[in-house]
Amino acid sequence: MSSQGTSTHPARPVLLVARREFLNKVRSRSFVIGTVVIIAFLAGYVLLQTFLFDKSTTSTVGLTGQATVVAEQLKATAKAAGRTIDIKDVADPAAGEDQVRKGDLDALVTGASGALRVVVKNNLDDTLHSILDTVAQQQVLGGQLAEAGLDPRKVEQNMAQARPKVTMLEPKDEQHGERLAVGLIVAGLLYYSLLVYGMMVAQGVVEEKSSRVVEIMLATIRPWQLLLGKVIGLGAVGLLQLLIIGAGGIGLAVSTNVLDTTSLAGGALAAGVLWYLLGFFLYATIFAAVASLVSRQEDLQSVVTPITMAIVVAFVVGINLMIQDASGTAVTVLSMLPPFAPVLMPGRMALGVAPAWEVLLAVALALASIAAITWFGGRVYRNAVLRTGARVKLREVLR
Amino acid sequence: MTHEVLEIDRVSKRYGEIVALQDMTFQVRAGELFGFVGSNGAGKTTTMRITLGVLAADSGEVRWGGLPITFQTRRRIGYLPEERGLYPKMKVLDQLVYLGELHGMSTNAAHRSAENWIARLGLRERRNDEVQKLSLGNQQRVQLAAALVHDPEVLVLDEPFSGLDPVAVDVMSQVLREQAAAGVPVMFSSHQLDLVERLCDRIGIVRNGQMVACGTVDELRAGAPPQLVVDAPDAPAGWANGLAGVTVVEQVGTRTVLELAGDADDQAVLRAAIATGPVREFSRSKPSLTELFRNVVTQEKTA
Repeated sequence: MSSQGTSTHPARPVLLVARREFLNKVRSRSFVIGTVVIIAFLAGYVLLQTFLFDKSTTSTVGLTGQATVVAEQLKATAKAAGRTIDIKDVADPAAGEDQVRKGDLDALVTGASGALRVVVKNNLDDTLHSILDTVAQQQVLGGQLAEAGLDPRKVEQNMAQARPKVTMLEPKDEQHGERLAVGLIVAGLLYYSLLVYGMMVAQGVVEEKSSRVVEIMLATIRPWQLLLGKVIGLGAVGLLQLLIIGAGGIGLAVSTNVLDTTSLAGGALAAGVLWYLLGFFLYATIFAAVASLVSRQEDLQSVVTPITMAIVVAFVVGINLMIQDASGTAVTVLSMLPPFAPVLMPGRMALGVAPAWEVLLAVALALASIAAITWFGGRVYRNAVLRTGARVKLREVLR
Repeated sequence: MTHEVLEIDRVSKRYGEIVALQDMTFQVRAGELFGFVGSNGAGKTTTMRITLGVLAADSGEVRWGGLPITFQTRRRIGYLPEERGLYPKMKVLDQLVYLGELHGMSTNAAHRSAENWIARLGLRERRNDEVQKLSLGNQQRVQLAAALVHDPEVLVLDEPFSGLDPVAVDVMSQVLREQAAAGVPVMFSSHQLDLVERLCDRIGIVRNGQMVACGTVDELRAGAPPQLVVDAPDAPAGWANGLAGVTVVEQVGTRTVLELAGDADDQAVLRAAIATGPVREFSRSKPSLTELFRNVVTQEKTA
């Protein structure tokens, strides 16, 4: 008789279990489809951003008759307001109105320089409106200055130099919009990953219970080895997906110029990975523990609902607070509490509003909770996983 | 005592108020096929699960080779659980290799062994199918292969014959005999008593969590009252009633099976039978395991 296997290193079964879980899921159709769908979704978002960005910063204005003299002034004023205006000379007002109706022109300017008239389809956007106001006022001002014997150009120059000196108490955040978008995407991705992969752990545990394969497994390896292997294997699948999506997302954003800085997105991805790992280990063991209480997939939903609710609440409440004010007291406190931190903290880190001590405190609290929950969840799992039939009461397994 | 003995020694287990096992004691020797029979809920599965360490006993001990079974020795036991214990969506070959590796085999050795058992159990065409796509009988073959893939030193099989067609029963019997012949103690439970009687070297009958009879079929019979089979075609129903020390076990067609109390006179029975007309058969018979088992169950009811 052979006697192999008497001195196997305790890590080997963990790795074997992890490898099985990993390969099993990565080869599955749902993993491939899920990844593709999320990347497609991100791509759609990025393209939408690009489209809106272009549309809102460039306007086409048609000039006709005497109004053509304001062309240079219009361009200059628009530039000062952060806009680009394409000027088109239009032969006569009727042709111009036609083009406005068709949408080729955003606005048509007619009339004498002192009395400009603007034709638009159904709405003159506010920025363009104020640019045109300024141009009209300058035309009037120029005329009156000339009448009073002053050089309008000189006055204009003097006026341009007369500006209040601005002192900023906090550094201006040029990238606030980008940061918010990245923060929301990271929070959303973590929310998705924790829910999907946490649920996968729960389903895996029940599958082993309902197929009774857990009896074979636990006649060979210890409960903690099976649990740890499962959590590591599925966690690695989630991590792989997060990295694929993250890299894909950054690639898209940079290639379409939606994001100016790769460092911002790279940093957010790194924070996302850190918090994914913390969050996954925090939640996966609880998912496994409660799943071990039931023997059938049908009964699973009822026991995992409290946990999925915690993640959903963290996401929904957190996202709303974050959009309003990412430095508010409520979101600051929530983002440091272990159940919410994995979704909120990476978002706040991407926004750049989380000081180092808050991040470190949140990480420390998360690690402490992981230790406590792993101990607790491992105990529940060990005592409940071999009990089949009716749902096991938590009280019974903790005795 | 040789070292290669699996000893279940006064093992007890309670589930709350329910006593599942009470001082369960028996031994399975190396190279022996041990049949474990008993009514549903008698404690067979509990005993096996405790042997495998899947369940903890309240008291008592399971020893292998004279030493209490530990986590390390347990891995050298081959186990076939009562219900299916396989990953439904995993392919047959992958599953067996995986289980072999978990038992400490190298990937290559696990592969060789898995292929070997797949071929041996007639699963070659199914080796890359998902387990859930197999018929129940084939799933049971995979389950047996899963118990054997790591070349175990002890085999514990819970209802290995359930759901098998006659050909598969023969294959399973053959494999179990070979394993026993190679020196492996083989313990299995079954409700197919004729099969157990044919196959097993020794049999243990369990009742209410206790071993009530244990030994070879002949040893078990020794304790049972002798039986007579009488074929008297013209005998009216109830012809043997009232004979001293005789109880009618069953009457099938013209044949009557009688049980004799210790000092009853079989010649008196013969005379009574001849009195009814011709007698075509008159023989002493050995009670089958089914009858021995029924005796135990009857005792349970009267007890």
